[in-house]
Amino acid sequence: MSAETLARWQFGITTVYHYFFVPITIALSMLVAILQTIWVRTGNEKFLRLTKFFGKLFLINFAMGVVTGIVQEFQFGMNWSEYSRFVGDIFGAPLALEALLAFFLESVFLGLWIFGWDKLPKKVHLMTIWLAAIGTMISSIFILAANSWMQNPVGAHFNAANDRAEMTSLLDVLTNPVALVTLPHVLAAAYLTAGGLVLGVAGWHLAKLGKPDTEQQEKDASAYRWATKFGAWVLLGAGAFTLITGDIQGKIMTEVQPMKMAAAEALWETEQPASFSLFTIGTLDGSQEVFSIKVPYVLSFLATGDVNGKVYGINDLVKKMETEGFTNSNLELQKQAADRLAKVGVTDWVPNLPVTYWSFRLMMGLGFLAMAIAAWVLWVTRKGGLPKPGAAWTALMFAAPLAPLFGNSFGWIFTEMGRQPFIVFGVLPTMSAASPGVSAFEVGLTMVLYTVIYGALAVVEVGLLMHYIKLGLPDVVEPHVLTDEDAPLTFAY
Amino acid sequence: MHLLEIPPTGAPLTLQALWFILIAVLWIGYLVLEGFDYGVGMLIPFLGRNEKEKRVIVNTIGPVWDGNEVWLLTAGGATFAAFPAWYATLFSGLYLPLFLVLVGLIIRGVAFEYRSKHPEAKWRNAFDWMASIGSFLVTLVFGVGFANFILGLPVATVGDSHLFALTPSPYFWQLFSWFGLLGGVTLVALFLFHGSLYLALKTKGEVHDRAVAFAGKVGLVAIGLGAIFLVAQNLLHPTGLLGWVLLVLSAAGLASAWWFNGKGRDGIAFVSTTATILFVAVGIFLTMWPGLGFAGVDGAPSPLTAMNGSSSELTLTLMTVAAGIFVPIVLAYTAWTYTVFRRRIGVQNIPDDAASPALAG
Repeated sequence: MSAETLARWQFGITTVYHYFFVPITIALSMLVAILQTIWVRTGNEKFLRLTKFFGKLFLINFAMGVVTGIVQEFQFGMNWSEYSRFVGDIFGAPLALEALLAFFLESVFLGLWIFGWDKLPKKVHLMTIWLAAIGTMISSIFILAANSWMQNPVGAHFNAANDRAEMTSLLDVLTNPVALVTLPHVLAAAYLTAGGLVLGVAGWHLAKLGKPDTEQQEKDASAYRWATKFGAWVLLGAGAFTLITGDIQGKIMTEVQPMKMAAAEALWETEQPASFSLFTIGTLDGSQEVFSIKVPYVLSFLATGDVNGKVYGINDLVKKMETEGFTNSNLELQKQAADRLAKVGVTDWVPNLPVTYWSFRLMMGLGFLAMAIAAWVLWVTRKGGLPKPGAAWTALMFAAPLAPLFGNSFGWIFTEMGRQPFIVFGVLPTMSAASPGVSAFEVGLTMVLYTVIYGALAVVEVGLLMHYIKLGLPDVVEPHVLTDEDAPLTFAY
Repeated sequence: MHLLEIPPTGAPLTLQALWFILIAVLWIGYLVLEGFDYGVGMLIPFLGRNEKEKRVIVNTIGPVWDGNEVWLLTAGGATFAAFPAWYATLFSGLYLPLFLVLVGLIIRGVAFEYRSKHPEAKWRNAFDWMASIGSFLVTLVFGVGFANFILGLPVATVGDSHLFALTPSPYFWQLFSWFGLLGGVTLVALFLFHGSLYLALKTKGEVHDRAVAFAGKVGLVAIGLGAIFLVAQNLLHPTGLLGWVLLVLSAAGLASAWWFNGKGRDGIAFVSTTATILFVAVGIFLTMWPGLGFAGVDGAPSPLTAMNGSSSELTLTLMTVAAGIFVPIVLAYTAWTYTVFRRRIGVQNIPDDAASPALAG
């Protein structure tokens, strides 16, 4: 395998792995902040216990997000040096701003939150988790602006003398229509996942506890019941929002990356109206259809908002690319770099169709599955109803966080694979963007080692999560500011 | 060999110089702050005689190490944004060394967070060693790296593209010249000294006394290695009188740190190594202007410079505005964190695990 192919695999493996921790970090930090706020305002111990319980799960997850995130920032330069050189003038700024505005906020205030229970007054301590949670959100703004620019490179022009893309407007980059709709979509999907986690963990305990006998069990059951419903409502609300934003995203995608929409359906011929297939068995390269279940009008609606809208097929889009490329694009950068692109050459204009087709469906299907579980849980627990413990309920409680978590992965796999053969859409082909000085041996070796380290860490992380989930709600003492210099700390590593 | 000459980017020299200085400042923030937590990290298995003492050591950096590490991420991000060609050439050129840095950062990062999550001695020992080895690895690689920046990493353009790559490529064993290796061990000694002084400043009781005693010993090693390294640096890559002045200041910092550590003045001793790191870093970055730590093939001046490797005027201007607003804010809340956790800790401050396993965070 070539160094470039291995670099793609390495990016895929490390990024998908990193993104297992991101949605939970973004959304669970905020849910914990909300729980702690309720505790501070009501003084109800139940919410302090929930804060500490979910706070612990959040921190176990956060540590992994941090250490795997560093790899991401280094990887652009290590494996994709031509990309980094070509786009650094635009792409570098959001990364630097993310570190400066978001990472500092997150890590400094999280340190204060973890260790500050007995150092800071209650309300100041509450502020620290809010600032950390806001930090994770600021982080997503910059990283999605950066990614959206790769999908739709606005606010830039081509500098031929230096052979690179240069920024013409930071505002255009930050208000990229793709970024404006991707941000709410990604954030909503994060809450969908974290809501599923809260629901799953609390719902599992609720069923296991059954009918409370003692006063302590009564307290536990009340907290788990509240959290189960809270998680379910967060999931449903976020799910609805994911759906709406995803729908808008589809229409913008049809405009700026029509090939990606065609690849989502593996639509070879232009159709009007276009139907959406729920399930297709085709030949391995996705070029021939053997069996398919189709729903008429749906693809037209997803792509254009009109049930009779015209959706361009792959064959027509390829024909257009082969004749004019991006010479008529209304994006300055794509238009100006069209000659350069022709020189570099594109051998295959079509993304990997089996991957785009199935990841698109798995993304949506897993999201819908999570929403169905949440609705069912709300139904079962209505009016003090108790779920029946057992394998079926446990499976549902596992699926509640895992389905949307993998849904997130498939969403990213779809949008990144659907952008191929480009790393910057319509400007820079991925195959021309890797580091020329890096050998296949180096990329291969590090890929194997990353995989081994990440695998071992996954075992540790999942083990810790399961351990603390099973332990359940902790006993708490009301934290207060310590003045005695020799008193034991409320929390220490 | 056909070498393409890369034209300047057209951004004003003042902005390019400003961003070179800002990147140096971010590196200095990183080396000063994470320097002590690397030192402390390396020392966990050696200075803690029992579990509670080890926890004292870990907890001196517990609330701050993650924030300290962000200085590195910001330095990396700023290099990407302000000098894309520098970032692209350096990160792809030092592929395997940076992989080692990443491995070190990964294993030490999870170690701090996860060691406390399980009471078993075997579990905790494993994470203590991960923290120690990870901290050592990162320090060693950066020491070797900076020594090579002083020498200048040889680069040439690749084919007809505007991209630079180290030559020969892969460039790995060449990094370990005697000067490269000297840089590595010197930085390890310096961070052990800096870290043990931080530990002395932040602890009380037996851990404190042991940190002071260790600093007294490792301080001598740091002074010896530091002196050889700095003299060699000024001979190999002279930067004029200023270089020698910085050498004297760096040496004075080390001597002052050792002296005041012996006198029981923990605070002044720590400030002294901090000053040394600052002066050494300024001296190294002086050698990196304008060639950014690169050199041409066969000792020619670097074909990749701050002038032809920078971003455009617009990007540099926007980044300057952002840095002007947010760097002071970051400094303010970072300083606040250190005041919140200003108290020394000792074994009496460490809560028992078993009594309240679920109290944590």
